[in-house]
This record gives sequence, structure tokens and C-alpha cells, in this order.
Amino acid sequence: MITVYILCLVLFSVGLYCILRKRNLIKIIIGIGIMEYAVNLFFILSGYRTEGRSPIFASDQAIKNMVDPLPQAIVSTLIVIGLSLTLLIISIAIRIYEKYGTFDITRINKLKG
Amino acid sequence: MIEIHLILLFMIAAAIIAVEVKDLLSSVIAVGAVGIGLCMAFLVLKAPDLAIMQLVVEILSLIILIRATIRKDLPFSKSGRWVFNTLATVSFIAVFLTIAYVALKNLPAFGSGPMRVSKAYLDSAVAATGSKNVVASIIVNYRAYDTLGEVAILFTALIGILAVARRIGKK
Repeated sequence: MITVYILCLVLFSVGLYCILRKRNLIKIIIGIGIMEYAVNLFFILSGYRTEGRSPIFASDQAIKNMVDPLPQAIVSTLIVIGLSLTLLIISIAIRIYEKYGTFDITRINKLKG
Repeated sequence: MIEIHLILLFMIAAAIIAVEVKDLLSSVIAVGAVGIGLCMAFLVLKAPDLAIMQLVVEILSLIILIRATIRKDLPFSKSGRWVFNTLATVSFIAVFLTIAYVALKNLPAFGSGPMRVSKAYLDSAVAATGSKNVVASIIVNYRAYDTLGEVAILFTALIGILAVARRIGKK
């Protein structure tokens, strides 16, 4: 079942290609978002148990085998951090658009205020 | 576990569309599709808390991204060493995936992680914290400092957004 991990890393690579090759600021932000999704998914995949149940105790549970709750707790932190990163980077991009009139990173080259 | 493969293929297809499509608004909608696919993957992988959280976060960031891209379709320069840059990027990604394939063989197989730390949590969570949901008890009890750091990062980002996006005091 290594194909699941490989597919997850292919998703990561799509985001990496987007960051390295695209010249649009919004496309770069989208690439960062795709990489975040891939990393979150990799954490959850590494904590999965075959035939497991979600880590919530019930009074009449029949399946004793639970999935790993620790990656889920860590990923819930990662999701919020990813949201705040996306919001901050988009507000900077909107400000850059107001100043330069473009999202093209090859034309954003003036440092003078 | 065929469904997780299907969801992952859907996510990869939506991500490629998001990267390659010309129209920025379509690109943003496609990345929303990737996020919803991730939400479904969390449900399949038995993480319902994260599925709810991912849905809310996805919709929020989609709205903000649409605000940033609306009516801003601009032509982009294609000049530069296109062939060389693409070849370099693709070969780098190929090396990355090859090394990842070799390294992933040494991980525990999918579906049978060791769970050395979590065993203690699963055994003692209900007695120690009184919460039936083990994820909630880890977030707010065992690893509460982690959550404190998360809230600190969130508010720091909020201060940054206010400082960047504020109109008053620009001059």
C-alpha cells in the first residue's frame, strides 16, 4: 500500500512545480496551499489503522481498533496555521497589486518606496 | 482502501487543473475542489473533527482568494528560458520522488503504524480528562501548549494583516 504515500507526494510535487514555475502571485499562493494540503494528508495517512474507527469512545463500541489520534491533533493545529498564513500572504498580494497594478512577479522589481 | 486512491487521484487532477488553467477565478475554484477532496479524504480516514475544520477553513480561504482575484485577469510574460527552467524543475521533482520512493519503503506499512505515544493516550484519556473524544483531550489537555502556540500564531498573523491592509496612516 505504498501507492497512497506516493500519490500524496505527487500532489505535493504539483504544488512545488506551481511555486517554482509560475509567475503569477495568486498561482504561487495556490501552490503553497496545495503543498499544505498534501502535508496534512500525509500526517493523517501515517496515522491510519486498517479497519480502525475514529478516536471517539462510545458506550456500545464493537470495534476496539482506533486510528492514531496524535497526528489528528497536530494537523488540527496545522490547518489553523495554514489559514493564517494564507490570509496574511493574500493581504500582502492585494497590497502589491494596488501599488504595481500587476500580479506578475517579474514586473515587481522596484524597491523604492 | 480503493476509495482513498480515487479521492487522491481526484485531488491530483484538480490540482493540475488549478495550476495550468489560464483564468485566475477558475484556478481558485479548482483549488477549492482540492480542499473539498481533502475534506472527503479526512472522512474516509476516520478523522471527522478535521473534516469539519477543513471545510470551514476551505470556505473562508476560498472567499478571500476570490476577493483577491476578481476582475484581475492580466496577461503574463512568457519570456525567459522556458525549456531550461521547466526541464530543471521537472528533473528536480523526479529526483525528489525517486528518493521519496526509496525512503518510504522503510516506513511502517500503510494501516499499521506503531502508535507508541498514542497507546498511552488511548488507554488513559477517558479516566484522566473525562473527554470521550481523544483528539479533543489531546488538543486541550495533553498538548495544551501546542494549542496556545497556535493561537499565538493566529493572533500574530491577524496583527500582520491589520498592519498591511489598513488604509489609515498610509501616507
